[in-house]
Amino acid sequence: MSDAPPAGRKTGRRGGVSAFFASKRRLRLGLLLAPPMTWLVVVYLGSIVAMFVSAFWTVDSFTENVVHQFSTVNFHTVFTEPLYRKIALRTLGIALAVTAIDVLVAFPLAFYMSVVASRRLRNLLVVAVLTPLWASYLVKAFAWRTLFAPDGPIGWVTGGHGPDYGKATLVVTLAYMWLPYMVIPIYAGFERMPKSLFEASADLGAGAVRTVRAIVLPLVFPAIAAGSIFTFSLTLGDYIAVGIVGGKTQLIANVISEDVVLNQPLAATVALIPLVAIVLYLVAMRRTGALENV
Amino acid sequence: MFLTARARMAIRILAFIGLAFLYLPLGIVVMNAFNTSQTFEFPPPGFTTKWWNIAADDQGARDGLIASLKAGLGATAIALVLGTMAAFAVQRYKFFGRSTISFLVVLPIALPGIVTGIALKNAFTEVLAIDFSIWTIIIGHATFCVVIVFNNVQARLRRTGSSLEQASADLGATGWQTFRYVTFPQLRGALLAGALLAFGLSFDEIVVTNFTAPADVQTLPLWIFGNLFRPNQAPIVNVVAAVLIVVAVVPVWIAQKLTDDAAGSRF
Repeated sequence: MSDAPPAGRKTGRRGGVSAFFASKRRLRLGLLLAPPMTWLVVVYLGSIVAMFVSAFWTVDSFTENVVHQFSTVNFHTVFTEPLYRKIALRTLGIALAVTAIDVLVAFPLAFYMSVVASRRLRNLLVVAVLTPLWASYLVKAFAWRTLFAPDGPIGWVTGGHGPDYGKATLVVTLAYMWLPYMVIPIYAGFERMPKSLFEASADLGAGAVRTVRAIVLPLVFPAIAAGSIFTFSLTLGDYIAVGIVGGKTQLIANVISEDVVLNQPLAATVALIPLVAIVLYLVAMRRTGALENV
Repeated sequence: MFLTARARMAIRILAFIGLAFLYLPLGIVVMNAFNTSQTFEFPPPGFTTKWWNIAADDQGARDGLIASLKAGLGATAIALVLGTMAAFAVQRYKFFGRSTISFLVVLPIALPGIVTGIALKNAFTEVLAIDFSIWTIIIGHATFCVVIVFNNVQARLRRTGSSLEQASADLGATGWQTFRYVTFPQLRGALLAGALLAFGLSFDEIVVTNFTAPADVQTLPLWIFGNLFRPNQAPIVNVVAAVLIVVAVVPVWIAQKLTDDAAGSRF
């Protein structure tokens, strides 16, 4: 190794380049960050903060104009009116049921895609799972409405004993609509998992059930948590599917969307319930590493 | 393979049930697009293509399509610029508050749509006092589309690393040349996939749109929602729905071809 590079010139040049980058680096970072942060902080967080402030405003009962004056009357209403607590708890229950169904359906499907299926079939299945996500949200809600209609397919199969539009039809429909949001993170979780762990577990004498319980579940838990952020958040924010298949059932977002017409400040106050719930959920999930799996 | 033949069969059956659950309702919609019964009786009393002719001439559906295309293109353009910039900052620089930025980008899509909708409506009407227009729809959509582009570009940047860019700079390329000939070609697939996914998200959005749309602009989802419960319009809505289902395969397929990690990047 006698022919060393012409060291002087090369290092001189490299030094120049890195010096150039060092001096401009902060500036370039600033320029890169300024537009997206302006948008997200000013437009988005600004709006959220403004909504929080408007939760303390009231509506003049006579003119129906918003009165920009500090008052805690909306919070008093939300905390003392039993209806709000009832609907909030019902929404939470439905979100839990939807999440549980999605985990149960998504887990074997994702497992099959990642571990059992051939590579070719796997790619096909990924497309197959993602495609329904692209079919319009309203179309899917509408599809379930026709499925559950009195003279629709489910009524025909059960001989007219299908469920009426209500909580059960709502849970099925929401679980259906958010299912891909659960399958994909779990699938990605399986993909990241070294498959040799399965062999090792089997070689050490564990059966399939034990392997799933001791190896698979702990490793894909962050992925399930990531999926649950979507199933929760989407359920907490839904009022349209609720109106289409839920019959008389009302969730928290229905209350908000009704309040917004007559009393925007009160709607803002009620909207703080799902907002706080999801932020708390995100903060809790952050520790599990779920956000990196989103 | 650690699974017994029986366990594999059980998983195969469960996976098949999951897939059937995903496609059964969509199949019903496509079938009903040809159903002679206006109330979608099951089993269908007969099949016809007359709804397709009526739907093709429906002015409301056409206007909705155009409004949705405008909103989707506008939101995607903004999301591409902002998402790419944020992804570069997070992947290529180390600075205080870096993880907060990832959190902030995810927030608009992680928070329930109704919260974003109410917050933007309140900001537009009570704080800024501006009238709703196609632009307020675009602003709303762009806000939650940024994360899609951000995730796609970030994943690609993480995988490619910065060694090629450093080599380019060491060989004397200017910053612009490095971007134009080294960075951009590496990113092209991720940008296109991100754009497609962002457009799809915008095209389908209804909750935020509902709170930021003026009375005289109806995006396609708003048009569907407005006509869903009108018995005369329901078959036409159903035809539009069937078209949307079939067309949905195209972007997913392209995005999947463009990126290996398209699977995880819808979010």
